[in-house]
Amino acid sequence: MTYTFRFGPVLEAYRDLLAGAWLTLQLSASAMLLGLVVAIACAWAKTSGPKPLRWVVDCYIEIIRNTPFLVQIFFIFFGLPAAGLRLSPNAAALLAMVINVGAYATEIIRAGIESIHKGQVEAGLALGLKPLQVFRYIVLKPALRTVYPALTSQFILLMLTSSVVSAISADDLTSMANNIQSLTFTSFEVYLVVTLMYLAMSLAFSAVFSAIHRLAFAYPDRR
Amino acid sequence: MLRQFGTNEFLFILTAARWTVLLSLIAFAGGAIGGLIVALSRVSSLKALSLTAGGFIQVFQGTPLLMQLFLVFFGATTLGFDTNPWIAAAVALTLNASAFLGEIWRGCIQAVPKGQWEAAGALGLHYPATMRYIILPQAFKIALPPTVGFLVQLIKATSLAAIIGFTEVTRAGQIINNATFRPFVVFGIVAAIYFILCWPLSHLSMRLERRFAAATTR
Repeated sequence: MTYTFRFGPVLEAYRDLLAGAWLTLQLSASAMLLGLVVAIACAWAKTSGPKPLRWVVDCYIEIIRNTPFLVQIFFIFFGLPAAGLRLSPNAAALLAMVINVGAYATEIIRAGIESIHKGQVEAGLALGLKPLQVFRYIVLKPALRTVYPALTSQFILLMLTSSVVSAISADDLTSMANNIQSLTFTSFEVYLVVTLMYLAMSLAFSAVFSAIHRLAFAYPDRR
Repeated sequence: MLRQFGTNEFLFILTAARWTVLLSLIAFAGGAIGGLIVALSRVSSLKALSLTAGGFIQVFQGTPLLMQLFLVFFGATTLGFDTNPWIAAAVALTLNASAFLGEIWRGCIQAVPKGQWEAAGALGLHYPATMRYIILPQAFKIALPPTVGFLVQLIKATSLAAIIGFTEVTRAGQIINNATFRPFVVFGIVAAIYFILCWPLSHLSMRLERRFAAATTR
């Protein structure tokens, strides 16, 4: 083997890599939060909305879940300017991520809502709780407890998928790696370091999420 | 001057779909072999084997597929091989599919009730025979719906091979879009091709799951 590894130029660019990682985190977190809003609205529409709305939501979910994220990004990034709406790569990336994660999270949240037995709500009302209290103590907490693991792994998946936004040159971690490799010709080294950064982020998040799960959703309820 | 979007452009995208299908099939076949090895290692009583398989799964599930593609693509050059996007994509997707199928199938093997192991032991069957005749046939039934579901993921994942320059359907769309600049039409068609490939499988997976759930609830 004649190849000599050069990690020097990669490590010198650590500021860029950290900035990229920070943007990846920002993108993922904002996309997840906005995606949850979309998902809660769509889950409501699917479980108790009017029929035409249900059909629209079904189409949205099926289209997003059966096409690749890369194609969705291209559609948004190249398509919207043709329709007269110009978006920066970062904005297009965020929009694509929200639309994408919204569809997956809808199914998760719907499952959570449907997992609450009707009798629970009736029992709560019979005990004299107000509807808001029933929602807060009887529906929301067990529903969240049920879907929490699925939502957190969806978040980690979203963060990993977000590397695809480098295809439209957003400023995320993978794009930074692309810049560094084109300047220094140390492709393997850059991508190895960046892969380890992604691995560290996903391991850290899954550790934090499971710690939160143990503390906040311990069963039986200790409060 | 921009090219018009006509039948030739449409056929260029449509025929590129065969590479998407072929790449998916190769990765699925390779991933099935790799996945079986990973799953069997994961449930093995040998600690070292089980931990290695666990680490393999963790690394591939904890990093972006795009990075895995880049590492295989550029890693091959580093090791002195000729880099070919076609082979790099097939290798990276096979490794990725091995990890995911391995984890899915591990769960299915462990979902076979303990009593089956004990009964096999009581009948005097040794480990390979127990696996081959008792556990795997039952695990196969449990594994079918999520495996078909994973095939959908895999077909969508092959789109990333476009980024390293392999001309499957997404890359074909990019090429045509650069020439004609009709993004809605071009990526609409590309999306429709994926949808036609994936949607029947998604539904098959759901139907299998429902049928399996109906068969196991008493």
